[in-house]
Amino acid sequence: MPKGKKFVGEPIPRVEDHRLITGRSQYVDDIVRPRMAYAAILRSIYAHARVKAVHVENARRAPGVIAVFTGEDVREAIGPVPVASRLPDLKVPKHPVLAVEKVHYVGEPIAVVVAEDRYLARDAVDLIEVEYEPLEAVVDPERAIAEGAPIIHEEFGTNVAFVWQLSGGDIERAFREADLVVSQRMVNQRLIPVAMEPRGVVAEYLPGEGQLTVWTSTQIPHLLRTQLAAMLRLAENRVRVIAPEVGGGFGSKLNVYAEEALVGYLAMRLGRPIKWIETRRENFLSTIHGRGQIAEVEAAVKRDGTVLGLRYKIIQDVGAYHQLLTPAIPTLTGLMATGPYKIPNLHVQVIGAFTNKMATDAYRGAGRPEATYLLERMMDRIAGELGLDPVEVRMRNFPQPEEFPFPTASGLAYDSGNYQQALRRALEIVGYEGLRQEQQQLRQQGRYLGIGISTYVEICALGPSPALPAGGWESATVRVEPTGKITVLTGASPHGQGQETSFAQIVADELGVELADVRVVHGDTAIVQYGIGTFGSRATAVGGTAVYGALQKVKEKATRLAAHLLGEENVANVAFEDGCFFLKDNPERRVTFQEVALAAYLAKSLPPGMEPGLEATYFFEPSNFTFPFGAHIAVVEVDPETGDVQFRRYVAVDDCGRVINPLLVDGQVHGGIVQSLGQALLEEAVYDENGQLVTGELTEYAIPKATDVPWLETDRMETPSPVNPLGVKGVGEAGTIAATPAIVNAVLDAVAPFGVRHLDMPLKPEKIWRAIRGA
Amino acid sequence: MIPTAFEYFRPTNLSEALALLEQYKDEAKLLAGGHSLIPMMKLRLAQPQYLIDLGGVKELSYIRESGDHLLIGAMTRHVDVETSEVLRQRCPLLTETARRIGDAQVRNMGTIGGSLAHADPAADYPAAILALGAELRAVSIQGERWIRAEDFFVDMLTTALAPEEILVEVKVPALGPRTGTAYVKVAQKASGFALCGVAVVLTVDPNGVCQDVAVGVTGVASKAYRARAVEDALRGRALDASAIADASAKAAEGVDPLEDLHASAEYRAHLARVWSRRAIEQARASI
Repeated sequence: MPKGKKFVGEPIPRVEDHRLITGRSQYVDDIVRPRMAYAAILRSIYAHARVKAVHVENARRAPGVIAVFTGEDVREAIGPVPVASRLPDLKVPKHPVLAVEKVHYVGEPIAVVVAEDRYLARDAVDLIEVEYEPLEAVVDPERAIAEGAPIIHEEFGTNVAFVWQLSGGDIERAFREADLVVSQRMVNQRLIPVAMEPRGVVAEYLPGEGQLTVWTSTQIPHLLRTQLAAMLRLAENRVRVIAPEVGGGFGSKLNVYAEEALVGYLAMRLGRPIKWIETRRENFLSTIHGRGQIAEVEAAVKRDGTVLGLRYKIIQDVGAYHQLLTPAIPTLTGLMATGPYKIPNLHVQVIGAFTNKMATDAYRGAGRPEATYLLERMMDRIAGELGLDPVEVRMRNFPQPEEFPFPTASGLAYDSGNYQQALRRALEIVGYEGLRQEQQQLRQQGRYLGIGISTYVEICALGPSPALPAGGWESATVRVEPTGKITVLTGASPHGQGQETSFAQIVADELGVELADVRVVHGDTAIVQYGIGTFGSRATAVGGTAVYGALQKVKEKATRLAAHLLGEENVANVAFEDGCFFLKDNPERRVTFQEVALAAYLAKSLPPGMEPGLEATYFFEPSNFTFPFGAHIAVVEVDPETGDVQFRRYVAVDDCGRVINPLLVDGQVHGGIVQSLGQALLEEAVYDENGQLVTGELTEYAIPKATDVPWLETDRMETPSPVNPLGVKGVGEAGTIAATPAIVNAVLDAVAPFGVRHLDMPLKPEKIWRAIRGA
Repeated sequence: MIPTAFEYFRPTNLSEALALLEQYKDEAKLLAGGHSLIPMMKLRLAQPQYLIDLGGVKELSYIRESGDHLLIGAMTRHVDVETSEVLRQRCPLLTETARRIGDAQVRNMGTIGGSLAHADPAADYPAAILALGAELRAVSIQGERWIRAEDFFVDMLTTALAPEEILVEVKVPALGPRTGTAYVKVAQKASGFALCGVAVVLTVDPNGVCQDVAVGVTGVASKAYRARAVEDALRGRALDASAIADASAKAAEGVDPLEDLHASAEYRAHLARVWSRRAIEQARASI
């Protein structure tokens, strides 16, 4: 080990990439088991209908078909799709894995065919006849909760799934004392996550051992194992869940899906391994969607731009059922509602509305991008109403750096930050003053430049266990092998974020070994101790800290063993540096880490009472969330003749705490901004009035392409978090949270001379053109 | 991709392909790159019983000069049109159009014949083919015929080709003197197809007066069309900004614009007008 070599903080290329780029990795669809059969699913073509009969005889007789099951066939055998989030008075409809009696959205599974290959299975699906009695569908969440709407789940007599409220300070007083009330209705449109790899499941049952193995594209293998065991009435230690390489999740695989239990059941019932791979069309119809909020926001403001209070009335489009975390998502919107500002008075009301559509659930940012969008749009609206610069309004409302830990009206305690500095830095990079002058000059020439600012804070490192439905800690085992190689078992289940690299960096620094000496293993419940998973920008801040904790235990034991090997009774006299233990008062007396590892296993001479072996497991429970922050600025030009939006600049200053690997941080920021750009300008899940998903294919649903993305100028600050010893905060969602309002604010700033105050996303050219023309 | 069952043929010469098509006619589909057909088969919107892959018919892939014309084999891939030095020199409108098709993967697989024969109302080539006044050679067992571009596109996804005919060649005139061309496009962001694409071939006389102009518009109506009203308004006029603007205002005259999720009929017509003007200006600047 070269003296003083450090890995943390270095831009180390991802160790995962070689196998991914060269196609030598294994995704669910790459898994082949002996005698494997294939499942295909018949899905509802109606958004709301009674299912009077399902005729499967022709399908059963079709070539290569092994079995066909309907909802009636499996209703006793498979428990309902679970909901982990609990809110007071939450209405939880029964959610069978295959519909019984009624269907509630287009794409709801009705029957499953198992055949010798996937083509025969798919062909046989077309031979199933369903007798539907179509019912009126309700697609618009506002209509769903209005009087006289068709009721989706009759047992509740209402489409209101929940009402959730959050208050802080004295909101009535804030509005009484306001000089001005600024209000705006805004929509965070429904989005489709579109992970590159759709979902997929392979299940195999070993009857001799009574063990079910499920390979599935998931972000949460352990939580899924617990739930699958319950759904299939198996002992948890008889279920093994393996998340092989996962081709993107973005929250859409932070769930427990009907198909995961169904395929497991089929494998047990039929005694053959079963594979089901979601088609892209199915992915659009029946993997969770994100966002889907309609909000009325009111701000009580003083003439100088001080915001006294905020009132939110939000309708969350739930969809037809709750998936795992559906009701929790808008509560994150509520918690995030005062953003990076010192706004002491708050009231948030969220009404969850059942609609005849796929469920919404966590999608990158999960409730927080919605909040940031609403608030950052409001800041610009306030600036517009008061004739102030948007920068001034923001600066006026930031807490001062010395006020941290900063308590919010929503009940959070922000850990650390310097919001002014982040904004100043972004303004400096973009050359704000000059741009404002240029904007004025261009307007004289009939050209419309827009500058959009977004300052944000986010809730990361989810999170303390009391705040999460199933534990918010994370686990790690650091296993030093006899040869001194290190295996890390992490309960976080990274699926593209690069923790095989960043965790190895942490280990290499702590143990003084090379990166290549470390292997990070994840995603297999039979290998890795129980863990929570990767979501909510938590893998490094919580999972990385667990690794760090396990490393301290390993080091402590190794130091004691080293002292013993060096014949030193005083352990405090043993130092560890660059992979060697040595005596502080006699540095020539030394033993390498590898020698200590080997001695631990050979166990010829251990200190009295010391167990052989060298490994440790650590479960890290964070004391708080972390709160990354930053400032993004988008500069666009709008073509007034066509409404077309062209990017001129994009500047991002993010502070995600201490940076383990700047390449990974940049990658996360880039990806997040691009997904934001999708919401701001391109994406929207459109259902027609009958509940048919009109944007049900990639030819209709526009996700950003490389050519849509401007050059991203990323910069950062590093304010360590006091919440964990690594000082890291998390960065997986920052871009998604910050960028949407920056881009929308830029476009609306560009068209402000036309008197356009607000437009709902996506800001497609025609919408902008119409607004300009109508102005 | 889970299509319905089909039988697959990969002939290695044109006569073999023609014989297969003669045999199966309507029940067969020709595979000529597959970037429209395969997605339709994947969704089971197309369920051909027989698939005749022209990928092995190498004799249909070429770009040749023939006097004042250029001949392009139907199986010539978009990337080969895009990067052809001969076309860049003598028919830059086609290279410019090919460059705007889909993405690199599509251009590496898709063919000019496949695109034209599919007759997607929002494909790029039809605008250029119309503006160039191209002729298309169709061949069957019975013989061959030439079809004028304007007669070729009948309606959405419908051409003048008979079920037993294969489009084998596209013939376009080489760029004449004092002539400029342009292809401009507003893409539907999901599919990459044109919400509006305008191709212009513009010839000016030595005094800068418009001697001749052809404007092809795609993406706007159920089939690509020649904007005759624009052409008539401009021919014989000095090419100043107001003349171009006045003429371009007629770009959607007499057409029934498409309306869908991505653009209203009104906006498509508006785009046709704006981008006709911009395309004419660009063509003039290229002379």
